[in-house]
Amino acid sequence: MWSNISKYVTDSQVWKSIIRHGYPDTRRNRVLIILSNVFLHLHPTKVPSHSLKLSYTWCMGGLTFFLFLVETLTGVLLMFYYRPVGEYAYNDILALREHVPLGIMRELHRWAAHAMVITVWLHMLRVFLTGSYKPPREFNWGIGVVLLTLTLLLSFTGYLLPWDQLAIWAITVGSNMARATPFVGHEGPGSKLLNPGLFGMEDVPLIHATDDARFVLLGGPFVGEATLLRFYVLHCVFIPLAAATLMAAHFWRVRKDGGISAPTDEFSKPL
Amino acid sequence: MIETLKHLINTLAAPTIFLPLVAVLFFLVLHYYRLLSRPAVAGGILLAAVVFYAVSLLDNNFRHIVAKPDNVPITMMLFLSGFCVWMALRQAAINDERIERGLPPVEKEGNETIFVWPDLVYIEFLAAVIVGVLLTVWSIELKAPLEQPASPFKAPNPSKAPWYFLGLQEMLVYFDPWLAGVVFPTLIITGLICIPYMDINPRGVGYYTLKHRRMAITVYLFGFLFLWVTLIMLGTFFRGPNWNFFGPYEFWDVHKVEPLVNINLSEIIYIKILGTGMPSHWLPREIWGLALIAGYTFVLPILLAKTVLKNFYAKMGLLRYNVFMFHFLMMMLLPIKMVCRWMFNLKYFVAITEYFFNI
Ligand code: HEM
Repeated sequence: MWSNISKYVTDSQVWKSIIRHGYPDTRRNRVLIILSNVFLHLHPTKVPSHSLKLSYTWCMGGLTFFLFLVETLTGVLLMFYYRPVGEYAYNDILALREHVPLGIMRELHRWAAHAMVITVWLHMLRVFLTGSYKPPREFNWGIGVVLLTLTLLLSFTGYLLPWDQLAIWAITVGSNMARATPFVGHEGPGSKLLNPGLFGMEDVPLIHATDDARFVLLGGPFVGEATLLRFYVLHCVFIPLAAATLMAAHFWRVRKDGGISAPTDEFSKPL
Repeated sequence: MIETLKHLINTLAAPTIFLPLVAVLFFLVLHYYRLLSRPAVAGGILLAAVVFYAVSLLDNNFRHIVAKPDNVPITMMLFLSGFCVWMALRQAAINDERIERGLPPVEKEGNETIFVWPDLVYIEFLAAVIVGVLLTVWSIELKAPLEQPASPFKAPNPSKAPWYFLGLQEMLVYFDPWLAGVVFPTLIITGLICIPYMDINPRGVGYYTLKHRRMAITVYLFGFLFLWVTLIMLGTFFRGPNWNFFGPYEFWDVHKVEPLVNINLSEIIYIKILGTGMPSHWLPREIWGLALIAGYTFVLPILLAKTVLKNFYAKMGLLRYNVFMFHFLMMMLLPIKMVCRWMFNLKYFVAITEYFFNI
């Protein structure tokens, strides 16, 4: 009975149009499903068995990607309800909590974000400890470091959006540092040197509180509504796009560099 | 009895004791990794940590901080990092022993290629389902925090950055924002990117080992576990109002006063040692500190290359050696400054406050 149904399904025109071959239970079809599916073809068709062991990769890279997908999904849902304007932002978040029965989208989004930060660090740790950044994988490690930075920036820009005390002050503390950027922060070393003293304006510094690095970051001299909008756009559009693009490159390189690292014959060589 | 114990732990948690303790522990773990990573020993350590946490949660002050919704991930990070480091050291111990006996690492043994469908896809699917369920349970159990509406005039005390940046915020105790908040984070990123090009040891690809890569792993783990994870923990759990230190069972009292007795290197030299009083111009005043820092950054690598690190230098070559030494010395500046602070109350090596140039 069961085999009849599954045969009926896999022989149907609809199945064949989507999957293009029978159910992947033969060698041929197991190769084909990976090759003909755009998502699965991130994988090679076959991998060495040690790379499947949980104790080897800790699954951390894959989980980071999974959490990124969770963030994208829940993030889009949150965008339906949230307006990045000082007047509305806080109340929109409040409404999510008070008017949505059993609503956990905000929770999912927040906790998955925290979890993603942790999994990125641990993924990096395992890549390091298995020496997987050594040739030919040096460049992919570099892509990874940029991904790490983007992950932290995603978390950081998102932290402001609830527009509560926790948010505004965490971002204030975090972005205060930019004031001290060498040369381009108004309290940074060297910023006073950038005073060309043109047109008899020796007393007017070139870099001051309303044009320095922090000002550019925040869109104002302190964390305000302009910052909210700026961080919202970065958080919902720019950084996710950049991260997704780099992830594609990252996965591509994992394959091009010969898949997950495996012991080479170098291990026995003397130093 | 309990109170004395709590008091003892509060005292031990002070940065001056806690950080050196963690550092010593770190090197002990790397030295005795074969013994400590045995499942029975590691299981015992895990059990002790869980019991310590569980019992501590009975304490109101401890629970108040650790159970804050945004701090819950830190507990997860601590246990997960511990677990992952254990897994790595355990496999390293096994592999290192095999290598000593002339056998290949476990990862090489019995390796065959297998189909991605269904084996890998199945694991990925399962992992996604399990983590999805865990996330859902976590989200139902723990509400996302929402405090009072943003008010630019009411700064909470303490004001803290998001938890993953608290290691950097903790660095502000020792360095000015231009270093702790701008230069060092940049160097962390550039240093990480440079790792594959600086580590020229061909061994240790594709298997866990400590024996084959002792130096690389020690430096990396020191950075990750000590300078990053431990400082995050310190910054979140042990720093209260005014960024004062509070033990894990101590009430966060806004009025706790800690005397500020830190002095600059220039003051040590001109007042304590020479007794001449401070020069008024910054250049003679700070020349000693500038010389010290310049020597540390630029002369020390040359001296080392000519003496103890001669072989290392020959292997690395000019560029690699200097890139490595620069990042390494900058990284070690933090523990060095910590020790100077604790021992001599040193505030700045170089204090040219006129130009915001303090080190
Ligand atoms: C958003 C963040 C990231 C995602 C989604 C991600 C995802 C992945 C995945 C799925 C793999 C396949 C193997 C595995 O699961 O371990 C992988 C491998 C790799 N990742 Fe990442 N990664 C991220 C960040 C990083 C970071 C921060 C680094 C290092 C600085 C890094 C370096 C590498 C390297 C070198 C490999 C190849 C490992 C090998 O050949 O064994 N990645 N990454």
